[in-house]
Amino acid sequence: MSRNADESRAERIRAILETEGPAVSANASLLNEKRYDAIDSFPAYDELRSEARGIKEDAIAQLPELIDRVTEAVEDNGGTVYLAADAADANAYVESVAADRGVDSVVKSKSMTTEEIEVNDHLESREIDVWETDLGEFVLQVADEAPSHLVGPAMHKSRAEIAALFNGHFEPEEPLETAEELTRFARDYLGERIREADMGMTGANFVLAESGTIVLVTNEGNARKSAVTPDTHVAVAGVEKLLPSVAELEPFVQLIARAATGQPIAQYVSMLSPPTESPTLDFESDELGGGDREFHLVLLDNGRFDLREDDELRETLYCIRCGACANSCANFQSVGGHAFGGETYTGGIATGWEAGVHGAESVAEFNDLCTGCTRCVNACPVEIDIPWINTVVRDRLNRGQDPDRFDHLVDGLLPDEEAPGFTLQKRLFGNFESLARVGSATAPVSNRLASSRPVRAVLERAVGIDRRRELPTFARRTLIDWFDARGGSRVAPADATREAVVYPDTYTNYLSPERGKATVRALESLGVAVRVPPVGESGRAPLSQGMVDTARARASDVYGSLAEHVDAGRDVVVIEPSDHAMIHREYERLLPAASARRLRESSYDVMEYVYGLLENGADADALRAGDGEAVAYHGHCQGRTLGTDAYAVAVLERLGYDVRTSDVECCGMAGSFGYKRAYYELSVDVGEPLADSFADAETVLASGTSCGEQLEALLERPARHPIEHVGPQ
Amino acid sequence: MGSQTRQRLTEALESLAVTTSSATAADLPDHVARVIDEPAVGAPLPFAPGALEATAVDTDPTPDSLASARTGVTPARFAIAEYGTLAIPSTSAGEEPVSLYPPKHVAVVAESDVYDDLGGAFDRLAGEFADGTDSVVFATGVSATADMGELVEGVHGPREVHVVVVTDR
Repeated sequence: MSRNADESRAERIRAILETEGPAVSANASLLNEKRYDAIDSFPAYDELRSEARGIKEDAIAQLPELIDRVTEAVEDNGGTVYLAADAADANAYVESVAADRGVDSVVKSKSMTTEEIEVNDHLESREIDVWETDLGEFVLQVADEAPSHLVGPAMHKSRAEIAALFNGHFEPEEPLETAEELTRFARDYLGERIREADMGMTGANFVLAESGTIVLVTNEGNARKSAVTPDTHVAVAGVEKLLPSVAELEPFVQLIARAATGQPIAQYVSMLSPPTESPTLDFESDELGGGDREFHLVLLDNGRFDLREDDELRETLYCIRCGACANSCANFQSVGGHAFGGETYTGGIATGWEAGVHGAESVAEFNDLCTGCTRCVNACPVEIDIPWINTVVRDRLNRGQDPDRFDHLVDGLLPDEEAPGFTLQKRLFGNFESLARVGSATAPVSNRLASSRPVRAVLERAVGIDRRRELPTFARRTLIDWFDARGGSRVAPADATREAVVYPDTYTNYLSPERGKATVRALESLGVAVRVPPVGESGRAPLSQGMVDTARARASDVYGSLAEHVDAGRDVVVIEPSDHAMIHREYERLLPAASARRLRESSYDVMEYVYGLLENGADADALRAGDGEAVAYHGHCQGRTLGTDAYAVAVLERLGYDVRTSDVECCGMAGSFGYKRAYYELSVDVGEPLADSFADAETVLASGTSCGEQLEALLERPARHPIEHVGPQ
Repeated sequence: MGSQTRQRLTEALESLAVTTSSATAADLPDHVARVIDEPAVGAPLPFAPGALEATAVDTDPTPDSLASARTGVTPARFAIAEYGTLAIPSTSAGEEPVSLYPPKHVAVVAESDVYDDLGGAFDRLAGEFADGTDSVVFATGVSATADMGELVEGVHGPREVHVVVVTDR
């Protein structure tokens, strides 16, 4: 990204932080909390997620057959099915239905798929009135804005903003002020539109092929009214909404409202197999049921069949559009979908949808906002690996870019596996290990140089590293050198309870060897014979920049370096949570399954390992006792997804510390993200709630390097890894 | 339905601010008369034929009477105690608009049709779908929105719901 592009992106984010940020933050965080509460009290959640995932996998696999079945069922019911190739095709069909019935006005319930095809604009261009009856969508229609969230489309607007909008637009006799007044006004206004309408349009949360049933999940009741009041009902649904039959629906009914809003079930789950027998409603007539019902199901392809063929992005089609990935995302909570979203879709999964239906260029503007923190992974009710989708699309976007003019300058320094086209910024961060090696070897000169104003100016201009962010300092002596110089392990294998390899991740080895030393001393004091062999970077750095080939090569090297240790029965102990998560999650994508499994089963987060040693009889007195000392601990986002953050808490508590934990999803630093000129302010905005919650804490602990950097920058005092705090001095 | 299931339904409905009462089929006309606000429209109750006809409830509403009614009385095909959910039919008898348009909905359910959880309800649903009865609305609580900045109850659907359990059906 050029300097100008960095600046303009930073400006755009700054503007959204100021205008839409407060409302989005309040609403998305609230939904996120409600989801946690709902899931905490619903033990079957994870089992149902797997079941739902399996049903979706099967349904997408047999999609052509399901389309045949639903066509037959809907036609048997007396309706029509139209398979639309793209948006223009779908719009032309809807227009033709409207023309055949002499439709002047249409009422709609909330539907992202009709947002995707922009059917409102199309019908309005044909002089047909279109009314959104979902109140959030209605607000946006009046404001002429796009949805900022899959479920709460107007969540970026406060009540006061909506009141000002309505008062300006409708000029009511008494100005509207409260949520109650605004709701009543919109309901009455839209009630008239519904009674007058000639056609009702809905989307579908699910379509049951066997019976030709449209399933609509809503809270307001507007979808029911839109579907059954006008004689003509047109439902527009992506082909991926098909399920075989009502027998497959139950897990989705259990999951969707919990994931979306934390409700056990939505107010209305309508299962309609139209045209229904429900009497038609002509408010100008003096009897119910005088008309004939007509129903059209428009099934939309618009790129979905290509997604189905795409091994990396196929799982996008399993999405049930609950918005949980957005609500659980720290960046989304700060800026919402108008920054973290494309033409139609918003939040983490938007990358898959936008790439599939609008093309990769619609993703370029917001794809970087996924930092790979993985907080959405456990939130997704159909187990979609959303960070992986973002990584894959980032990789594809990188390849599509023009070769950077700086490439020749850095080719020697940055030994990645990528074809030309990656930006200098991405290559620099992706090859951070090489930089760290040089920086450490030349420290402290490298540190003085890197912090000098002219160098920071160049770094900002050429690489997009924000000059307000303090750069990490390189250690003159690496962890590996320290370990070799002290003569290796102080516990001989013959005297040891276990043997372990401490993985010298890039940050620990070159920047923060102290936490590596603390790990070595702690493990030795607990009776473990330790090795610190030279093992390369895990691949996390290139992967986060969307450099998948380089990440795969790094993973392969790490496996090569560690396999023999694993075979010798040595445990692999990892200090940096992002590298531990790399081995436990992403290596499945990068290495042969058996290799990934072998490494995963032998590797531990350092605090998890200490916990295991203590559980197996190691003497806790060897570690520094807490004696009631209060500590504030922020677990790394990726560690929290894997559940390993709990071990740090357990060890600290066992040692007698009084532990307070953070409840934010991510610190906002997210590796390189917080250094980037375009995202510095967003990163600080995300970090502030964490810093605020720890403002009065004397001792702050954080397991991730970048979490620690963020906390130190915002709190202006040290934030160490827990192992440094409890390890013997 | 056991007394536990009955209790569970009542508690779930209470937590949704839905009021409940019970009556025998024979008492239904008097009971319904007490829980409705007039004018009221209704759809016939299959498990208590003639019950609504013996009340002020208009079981053959016009669009006008539907729009001006203060209460709509419908049967629930079944209920789910776990969530306080009512399965509202969508047939030519007009349950869908009658349960949806008036600000108050009175749903009448036979005690033998109350299922403890969603699993039991879906088993029944699978049977009904196989028999061709395949339009139904699961309604839980009152219609609501948070789109205007805070939670407001009573949007496009009813803002008040009352459930009558018919104890001998």
